[in-house]
Amino acid sequence: MNLLQTLEAEQVAKWAATKKIPDFRAGDTLKIGVKVKEGERERIQFFEGMCIARANKGLGSNFTVRKVSFGEGVERVFPLYAPTVASIELLRRGDVRRAKLYYLRQRSGKSARISELKDNVGRDKAAAKKAAVAKPAA
Amino acid sequence: MRTGLLAKKVGMTRLFKEDGVHVPVTVLSLEGCQVVAQKTVERDGYSAIQVGAGKAKAKNVAKPQRGHFAKAEVEPKAKLVEFRVADDALVPVGASFSPAHFVAGQFVDVTGMTIGKGFAGVMKRWNFGGLRATHGVSVSHRSHGSTGQRQDPGKVFKNKKMAGHMGDEQITQQNLEIVQTDVARGLIYVRGSVPGSRNSWLTLKDSVKIKAPKDLPYPAAVMSAAVEAPASVAPEATPESAGE
Repeated sequence: MNLLQTLEAEQVAKWAATKKIPDFRAGDTLKIGVKVKEGERERIQFFEGMCIARANKGLGSNFTVRKVSFGEGVERVFPLYAPTVASIELLRRGDVRRAKLYYLRQRSGKSARISELKDNVGRDKAAAKKAAVAKPAA
Repeated sequence: MRTGLLAKKVGMTRLFKEDGVHVPVTVLSLEGCQVVAQKTVERDGYSAIQVGAGKAKAKNVAKPQRGHFAKAEVEPKAKLVEFRVADDALVPVGASFSPAHFVAGQFVDVTGMTIGKGFAGVMKRWNFGGLRATHGVSVSHRSHGSTGQRQDPGKVFKNKKMAGHMGDEQITQQNLEIVQTDVARGLIYVRGSVPGSRNSWLTLKDSVKIKAPKDLPYPAAVMSAAVEAPASVAPEATPESAGE
């Protein structure tokens, strides 16, 4: 690691310790708590929508959340480690085969849905794979 | 007039402050920035200090220069620069500078060589508009237009903006804010960008346009002093930077 990577890793460790970051990816539905300053008072505003993109680049990591508000599509890009992003809650996992779901922008209604990822399906597959690998070895 | 410092550009990153503000910063490293020689009024007619930084292999340093470094009892340096200072701001030869020389919140002027762009056309070099895409223009869509008048004056005026070499020239970026200093690692965080590529050498001076704060270390913050009082220097700088 060069010096700059070390410095960034320290910053990432510092800010990651201030909040719980769930393991999420594109297609997941998230509820983001955003710190909003109104004059002197500070409060948390929630933004709920689907994560359509996530960029992992150290301290510069960010993710895009899209929701449809009063018929109008709204997207917000959140820096993953920014202190303004107070909380990230994973509400629902989506079953998608792409890392970036920009195609959702062209869609609306039924075709803009993402089916929920059934956890046990993934687990069964993984277990079956493991068993298949273990059998020939035995 | 305090001395400036010689630093190496490490690269750019970002910082988040406690209140959520994001600050783009350039990280500069002092790389063993030391005083190599002094110029005094009695001997040279003016006051200045010669500052060196970086490491040079002794076998690659010519003998006269090796003698120069030996006289100052410092390691051979990769880069040497001279800073004019006030008569009472001379720093002893051999003193190592500390990043605490600059205080968080103060403004500095950063001088360095810009990244070379090679032979560049007028659109890139001078932001000319170029010629039209259609209406009979052939081959010369990115060229400049006319360069002057007719038989009178019958010449192209000096300093006419034309294609030519761009970049790799000395630039001083004024009024850059010091965001934070890291005494242990010898790092200075400057807000925004600075000239040059990574690993290029830069000189930092107190801003000439914005008045410096009163509590600056005078004549300079040297390492021995910083080691004696790290507790007083470092935390002072950190809350200040975090509070902004």
